[in-house]
Amino acid sequence: MAATGLFVAVITDLFPNGISHYAIGGLLVGLGTVVIYLGTGIPAGASTFLESTLSYVSDQSRFQQYRASRDWRVVFTLGIVLGAAIYALTFQSGLVSSGLQPGATTGELREIGGVTIWLTEVQPWRLFLGGILIGIGTRLGKGCTSGHGVCGVGSASSASFVGVATFLFVAIGTAQLVYALGVSP
Amino acid sequence: MESQHEHHPLFMPLVFVGGLIFGFGLGFSHMAQPEVVLNFLQFADFGLLFVMFGAAVVTGITFFGVKRLRSEAPLTGVTYTRRLKTLDRNVIFGGGIFGIGWGLSGICPGAAYASLGVGNVVILYGIAGMFVGAYLQGVWRSSLADRGAAASSAD
Repeated sequence: MAATGLFVAVITDLFPNGISHYAIGGLLVGLGTVVIYLGTGIPAGASTFLESTLSYVSDQSRFQQYRASRDWRVVFTLGIVLGAAIYALTFQSGLVSSGLQPGATTGELREIGGVTIWLTEVQPWRLFLGGILIGIGTRLGKGCTSGHGVCGVGSASSASFVGVATFLFVAIGTAQLVYALGVSP
Repeated sequence: MESQHEHHPLFMPLVFVGGLIFGFGLGFSHMAQPEVVLNFLQFADFGLLFVMFGAAVVTGITFFGVKRLRSEAPLTGVTYTRRLKTLDRNVIFGGGIFGIGWGLSGICPGAAYASLGVGNVVILYGIAGMFVGAYLQGVWRSSLADRGAAASSAD
């Protein structure tokens, strides 16, 4: 009994918002990747879209290597945006509810014409400056949380294990530092 | 290599459906909320581990298992291979720069596109930043490559 109580206390402490939506969401992210892979043989990541899309408007030689894949990467990204919009129209708007999905715990929910949209409270300068570093870093480092973190780790790729360990530790240090400096949200 | 194989009529629909599931999963898991990612990085909620490793387990089983059933993908004829990149200094430097950006903002590329989908128009600052960053490294690396090409042709 005491051991069970301790276990529950630790779980509640480490996962204050529960586990189910994280685990189910993760399985769906994997499933989306798998659907594309099974049909096409392509282990798709999300950050190449940045460079491949720039090839439409820039003739820099670096971007030209992605010309062949740029069209489907746009389709993939539109799918991601619309897939999240389906989540917003259903669970986020309360049309569908489930004990496995606690709903937004952060940010601001606003209702517009029966649809509930979610807005971040993280400051724009953090998003923009962080975005610039992400744009440089994911492309130089050959992948992001989906390319390295999902496809690369799923491939047991040593470069991806190193990539994930590097960005995870640096991100933890950065987030802790930013928080300690009193920047919030 | 992919361009010659993209003509299958189901190629684009399949990529789109895969993206839909992927984006729905990011919304469902709250990864479209930068605050939730920052909570993970500040050790306030470890749920993100379930998202990333849950997804990696699904892809891992598929990547290693499918090769026992067939050798090439039905829509493209592409041979099933794992996603392997060369491990070099760029992986570490780039990963470090990405880590600073991720830790500062709580966003990453896929989650940022999904965030737009849940109505978070504020994320456009982040997406704009990503394009600026990707463009800057593209200009830099294009000039490195062009200089390299010029040097080798001069030899």
